[in-house]
Amino acid sequence: MTETFQNLWLGFATALTPANLFYALMGCLIGTMVGVLPGVGPLAGISLLLPTTFGLDPTGGLILLCGVYYGAMYGGSTTSILMRIPGEAASVMTCIDGYAMAQKGRAGPALFISAFGSYIAGTLSVIGLMFLAPPLARFALGFGPPEYFSLLAMGLIVLGYMTGGSMVKNLAMIALGLLCGMIGIDHMSGYFRFSYGVAALGDGIGVVPVAVGLFGIAEILSTAGQEKRPEVIKPKLRDLLPSREEFRDALKPIGRGTILGFFIGIIPGSAHIISTFVSYAVERRLSKHPEKFGRGAIEGVAAPESANNAASEGALVPMLALGVPTGPIPAVLLAALMVHGINPGPLFIKEQPVIFWGLIASMYIGNFVLLLLNLPLVGLFVNFLRIPYKILYPMILMFCMVGVYAVNTSYVDVAIMSVMGMLGYLLRKFDYETAPIVLGVVIAPIIEMSFRQALAMSGGKYSIFIQRPISALFLAGAFLMIILALRPLIKKGIDWGWRSQLTKAEKGD
Amino acid sequence: MSIDRVSGLALLGIAIFVAVESRVLPFGTHSRPGPAYLPFILALFLGAMSLILIFYPKKDSLIIKQLRWREGRHALAILACCFFGTFAIEQLGYRITMIIILGFLFAVLERMKIWWALLWTLGLALGSFWVFDSLLKVPLPRGGLGI
Repeated sequence: MTETFQNLWLGFATALTPANLFYALMGCLIGTMVGVLPGVGPLAGISLLLPTTFGLDPTGGLILLCGVYYGAMYGGSTTSILMRIPGEAASVMTCIDGYAMAQKGRAGPALFISAFGSYIAGTLSVIGLMFLAPPLARFALGFGPPEYFSLLAMGLIVLGYMTGGSMVKNLAMIALGLLCGMIGIDHMSGYFRFSYGVAALGDGIGVVPVAVGLFGIAEILSTAGQEKRPEVIKPKLRDLLPSREEFRDALKPIGRGTILGFFIGIIPGSAHIISTFVSYAVERRLSKHPEKFGRGAIEGVAAPESANNAASEGALVPMLALGVPTGPIPAVLLAALMVHGINPGPLFIKEQPVIFWGLIASMYIGNFVLLLLNLPLVGLFVNFLRIPYKILYPMILMFCMVGVYAVNTSYVDVAIMSVMGMLGYLLRKFDYETAPIVLGVVIAPIIEMSFRQALAMSGGKYSIFIQRPISALFLAGAFLMIILALRPLIKKGIDWGWRSQLTKAEKGD
Repeated sequence: MSIDRVSGLALLGIAIFVAVESRVLPFGTHSRPGPAYLPFILALFLGAMSLILIFYPKKDSLIIKQLRWREGRHALAILACCFFGTFAIEQLGYRITMIIILGFLFAVLERMKIWWALLWTLGLALGSFWVFDSLLKVPLPRGGLGI
């Protein structure tokens, strides 16, 4: 405990330098704008900002990018409440009761509770991150290649289950992402794979062009040409404070949303999105007046907004402690660390205490800054929504091109972005999720190395993955997910069995 | 044909392609897996998933003719801009490439008034160059003409 507080002191000494304070402020500001603007999600925002962090020290760069991540969670609620348009996917649930409150003239309290809940959830989750990540990292020091392979395999299968939609499609996307991640030089043998003489592909496909293409360009392609200009409800800032009853009603949902969000955040998948659905459903079930939900219940704003913030910080636990990204956003953050020559993994916290504790301290500061930013400046952020889409999307396209080109100053990355944009657009049309592809690209080199090393260790025996208890536990988790996914099919099978028996009985067989 | 079947066929094509291409590389043995080992396994896995999609499509899966492509004209034009940008950015330089792309999007595709289109195009192309290249020191290409 004493060691934790000493480390936290070191973190505050790092985070409170003028430069790092500035990066935290900029990250929060840009993140809020990213959250407010529909069509620019936190993933595209972080990917686009990545090149601008190359000139910064790793601590400053990570503080800036993480600020964008949790800042976007705050900003996303503004459009949900005032326009019924989620600024980003994690704010979908806030639309329901947030907008209903705004229509009743209670936009101010909805915005206040949303920002207050986000602040409480964000701060408590940083405490969770602070106490959970270091022991988890120490535990993971005992992991060998089989454990790492099983952990990553379980992560991918959980992602396939949790992402939503068809699990078969998600698993196919994971395989596609892993295959994309294997393009380039094989680090164990030196062979060029699937690069067809293109030297620039030797280092493989970068996560930034893939993420920007699948999320930024595909979004533009899907939404361009729309002419609708949504109506914006202007919040009255003098009516910002909620009533005592509203405040009391929101407190428990904030607490429950925080706990749920944090633990869902640790699980692979689009945790910040899933956590909002789960927390909304839990509140509705626990409420004495479930009929109020959908008609402007403050609990319907407090719980999901707290959950998405808590989840975004919970997702950093496996990323910082194990070097394992649980979703596409932590994957890009991980790539940002690697660009700075830092190897993520269980040794990260021990070897880079300044970066880890500096980031933790900056999150305390960032959450407070966001609370201050989101309430008084809400009117300013709403003005961004008045930019017509026909001006906005060429701007986003331009930023996508600059951001992607600047990573390696290579036109090949722009080509990859364009191809991925086209692929992402088609995949959306055909009802596929694209997040597993991004995660597959990032995880491919680690999972392949662990897999091949494990097989080399065991002399080619696959039983090594079940002989080692931790590895077996992870694989059992993956197996459980597959069984859960197959449950409807099994149930249907049982149903068919019962029906055929009934048919036979009716026929008198 | 349903969209699940069509996409399943496309994925099956990719799986077969990867499996065939993996044969060029050393496969290795179980105890010493080569560079083709995991790609081949993944190709088999992808193939299996695509076969499930082909033979067991979701019942509520849309028919390919039901897909709406209302934004198709815009999407094609924007995609063309992306590919133009890919090949022009180093040849013509960032500023000229962006002026052409933004000018096309604002003036031709969005049919903005010419003065507004010109203002937005020049402001964004030159402004972003100043912010990224001059201010943030992110090196952007100047092209053969050095502009």
